[in-house]
Amino acid sequence: MTYVSSSPSRGLDVLDRERLASFAPPASHASPTSHSSPTSLRPPAIVETSTRRRRRLGPGPAIPFGLQIGPIALLLTWTAGSTFGLLDPRILPAPLTIVATFGDLIADGRLQSNFLTSSVRALLGLGFGIVIGLLLAVISGLSRIGEAFIDGPIQIKRAVPTLAMIPLLMLWLGIGETMKVTIITLGVVVPIYMHTHNALRAIDERYVELAETLSMSQRDFLVQVILPGAVPGFLLGLRFAVTLCWVSLVVVEQINATSGLGYMIELARTYGQTQIIIVGLVVYAFLGLASDGVVRLLERRLLSWRRTLAH
Amino acid sequence: MAPHARPLNAVEVRRLTRRFGEVTILDNLDLEIGQGEFVALLGKSGSGKSTFLRALAGLDYEVEGTGALRTPEKLSVVFQDARLLPWRNVIQNVTLGLGGAGREAGRKALEEVGLAGRETAWPIQLSGGEQQRVALARSLVREPALLLADEPFGALDALTRLKMHDLLRELCTRHRPAVLLVTHDVDEAISLADRILVLDQGRLVEDLTIDIKGRRNHGDPRFGAIRTQLLSRLGVDADDRSAA
Repeated sequence: MTYVSSSPSRGLDVLDRERLASFAPPASHASPTSHSSPTSLRPPAIVETSTRRRRRLGPGPAIPFGLQIGPIALLLTWTAGSTFGLLDPRILPAPLTIVATFGDLIADGRLQSNFLTSSVRALLGLGFGIVIGLLLAVISGLSRIGEAFIDGPIQIKRAVPTLAMIPLLMLWLGIGETMKVTIITLGVVVPIYMHTHNALRAIDERYVELAETLSMSQRDFLVQVILPGAVPGFLLGLRFAVTLCWVSLVVVEQINATSGLGYMIELARTYGQTQIIIVGLVVYAFLGLASDGVVRLLERRLLSWRRTLAH
Repeated sequence: MAPHARPLNAVEVRRLTRRFGEVTILDNLDLEIGQGEFVALLGKSGSGKSTFLRALAGLDYEVEGTGALRTPEKLSVVFQDARLLPWRNVIQNVTLGLGGAGREAGRKALEEVGLAGRETAWPIQLSGGEQQRVALARSLVREPALLLADEPFGALDALTRLKMHDLLRELCTRHRPAVLLVTHDVDEAISLADRILVLDQGRLVEDLTIDIKGRRNHGDPRFGAIRTQLLSRLGVDADDRSAA
């Protein structure tokens, strides 16, 4: 900028024009328009780098609190709709009503006890599912005989939706907690098994070769190479498993239960208590987000070697 | 300095033949490498260099073939990629399979390759040259009698490669393993090796002892002569190239 402004602009213009004339293409090539306006042939001016005009491609820089804007806008719309009477409270009660219901449900202990029942079911199912899925994946991933016995049945199980097995499991196990936890476990086992087994089998051939040239023992090979290499696959399976765990929970609690969040929602439906249904959904959302957060935290811990340039 | 003057050779290869189906990759190869001898193996791509190295390393299970070979028990391979386990930190990679006992030696080896203090870094945090240094330390810590290197600097940029040459030369002078360096880089071979072999269509067509003492200079006329000779062996006419 200073460079341009400190020079007599007129003089520079003339100078440029003269120089351009000598650089101008032969007359046969020059179109009449370019001849009449030599400025179009002017080489790009020197531009101060702090005032670059060109925008970067892509959506541009991140907006502060970008993630929160959508939900807040939704909440405001909801509040406005309820305040101005646009939303029938039987369809969707006002946010404040929901908060009040939350308070009531906590005050008489219903929310806590149902929440606890549901959490125990989900965590038991998830826990059993992870242990069984991992065990099967390791056996089938590390031995051909294990794979021959385990992999086929799991693939068949995968083809049968777990929820379709509810009638059979009710006949076998009754309608108590055992049946509910079993359903959740069966749902969780599949993604854990699939992704862990896949990862165990997909270990890079180059690392196997390395282990051979280093004369590593079978045990070292397993502990240093195979198992840590399969952790990303397991964690991917875990994310699917957690989602499936909540889905299964909702279904088993709404089909036949006398306690739990699903039961609470189902009961509220019979009495037309929309606000309680919403409270239940909010709790589900919270559980879903919280468990996803836990898995992501676990990922960050276990996969710290993947983070580029930590320093 | 002739190989037969030594009491026992590090490597002995007799009539080694390797085939992939109908194609003969290694054809009746005989070779001896003396203790502490630095041998470079040159060849065009597809000449069988890597197959030969893999045969020496014992990594050619499913390859058809005949012949006899003897290699030392303590043998180490440096691959073209550093081949570090990304989920193990630097010192764990160096002492892989050695347990806690190798830790002190591992630290010393890292110091030797100029990476002291980077023990707990993850491989992904290192540059390509640094990763290859870790791979060298991993070999070094095992005190190999034979070091097999399969184009170890092929993936590095030219400046880093020169630095790595100095480092490798220094390490080999200090530890004296026998080395077989597979490369396609003629200059690399001349500046590092005591002896240069050229492999062509599965046969050794050249076995050249380099006796330039001290540090080898690209400007040295002997360097240039050897270079021309090797290049013509590899089917590249050096004069044509300079004329063009």
